[in-house]
Amino acid sequence: MSLQTRPKPLVDNWNKPFWAACAEGKLRLQRCKATGKCFYPPAPVSPFTGKPDWEWVDASGKGTIWSWVVFHQGYFGGMKDELPYPVIMVELDEGPMLLTNIEGMEEEDIAIGKRVSVRFPGGPEGFTLPQFGPEA
Amino acid sequence: MPPEPSLASPAIGTPWPLRDKVAFAGIGTSRFGNFPETDSYGLGCEALNSALDDAGLTTKDIDGLIVCRIPSYERFAEMTGINPQYCLLTETAGRFSGVSMALAAQAIASGAAKNVALVYGNNGRSVRMLYGGGDSQWSPWGMTSPGASHAMMWRRHNHEFGTTHEDLGPVSVAFRHHACLNPDAVMNGRPITLEDHAAARPICDPLKLLDYCLINDGAVAWIMTSAERAKDMKRPPVLLSGYARQDCFAYGAAPPTDYWHPTLSACRSVYDRAGIGRDDIQGLGIYDNFSPTVLFSLEGLGFCKQGESGDFVKGGTLQLGQGRWPTNTSGGHLSDSYMQGWGLIAECVRQLRGDCGARQIPDAKAMQYICATNIAQSAILRRADA
Repeated sequence: MSLQTRPKPLVDNWNKPFWAACAEGKLRLQRCKATGKCFYPPAPVSPFTGKPDWEWVDASGKGTIWSWVVFHQGYFGGMKDELPYPVIMVELDEGPMLLTNIEGMEEEDIAIGKRVSVRFPGGPEGFTLPQFGPEA
Repeated sequence: MPPEPSLASPAIGTPWPLRDKVAFAGIGTSRFGNFPETDSYGLGCEALNSALDDAGLTTKDIDGLIVCRIPSYERFAEMTGINPQYCLLTETAGRFSGVSMALAAQAIASGAAKNVALVYGNNGRSVRMLYGGGDSQWSPWGMTSPGASHAMMWRRHNHEFGTTHEDLGPVSVAFRHHACLNPDAVMNGRPITLEDHAAARPICDPLKLLDYCLINDGAVAWIMTSAERAKDMKRPPVLLSGYARQDCFAYGAAPPTDYWHPTLSACRSVYDRAGIGRDDIQGLGIYDNFSPTVLFSLEGLGFCKQGESGDFVKGGTLQLGQGRWPTNTSGGHLSDSYMQGWGLIAECVRQLRGDCGARQIPDAKAMQYICATNIAQSAILRRADA
């Protein structure tokens, strides 16, 4: 088992472009035109203005580990073999938080404040999941 | 940094229009445990009958009904023969116990209903409810469950303020001690030590088994009415003196990055709203889905400075007979019963009536309830004769 047996993302009309970009190895975010601030998860309007005045932009793919946990209790059949597995919360340089996993990095090297960047090693059929490792 | 939430901030110094206007006239709880032979309807009926008996009322006196975590308000009303003039179903999340209480108070104060029965029923244990899994925003990354969200916050709190897992021990130990004084508690007769807390198996690291609430079946019912009508009922009325709430949903579906400190701080207005200061309160009911929320609640409501809650609870501050702030004297969600706030508020009422036997807080005149969630809330209840 691996990224291929992960639960599939819930796709809706707003996050479809996000997943399409991931499949091309790009991390994209919606940016509010009025404030210049990015937001996630994808939505019909900017949370900063409540208006549908936003654009998709390429994100830097870089961020900082805000916190992290290690799952010892399993909840997903397709992740049974990964237990215990870490989940890291990354504060992207653009502002939004992503909950994600480490790739190319050991659990003992996870630390709050550590710089990380995105990579796209695979995912369940039809999807590519952003994962994070040492800043490239 | 996360977006700065703009808070409506309830005005400090403004008396609550509903101060002391609404009372708890009856309280009922079902058995707590594992009951596959019944369900949330059956357990809800058990709690409702117990609350009606407590209030000296029958279903014919009930003209308002709020049900929670029972699938259908209509079926519940039908089976209990209640035809109310005010009826609704509130969301399953634990934050809705306090919200339901406030809605009932508003309904009573506005004349929409006279006597409101609030019934919560939960059969999560017997249906093997798993608080995690399923499809959600973060499931592709394996992030799921409220416990993981709290673990994420707690690790950050440790980093930011120097708190440690050890700081959570006195919370779990105090509540278990209370459960051992409460014959109805699921964990009655099973005391734990700080060493047990430290040595428990990890569930979502940094949190361990004894930081997690129970999963059990059970139900709680409250009968609320006007303070005026409550005077003539069977039991001494307990008044809802004050209630404050501040929501924040600006966390991008991720764990809150502020430990709800701003919204809980806004809820400090509860003292002004109730006209009761902190010094006049004898005990607390704090929403304890996971042990860190107790510390976040104490910091947010200003019992100690932010980051100092670990030191604050050391030495039994929350433990009956030891500290100034006996908290969750029934055993709470960690050790009595996971009734999502409904049981904690029932316990506040029981304390104020002096019904608590071995776990009674001497001369309890006022109790405070706190709930640290995206809907942050606090309420103060007091004895009508206090």
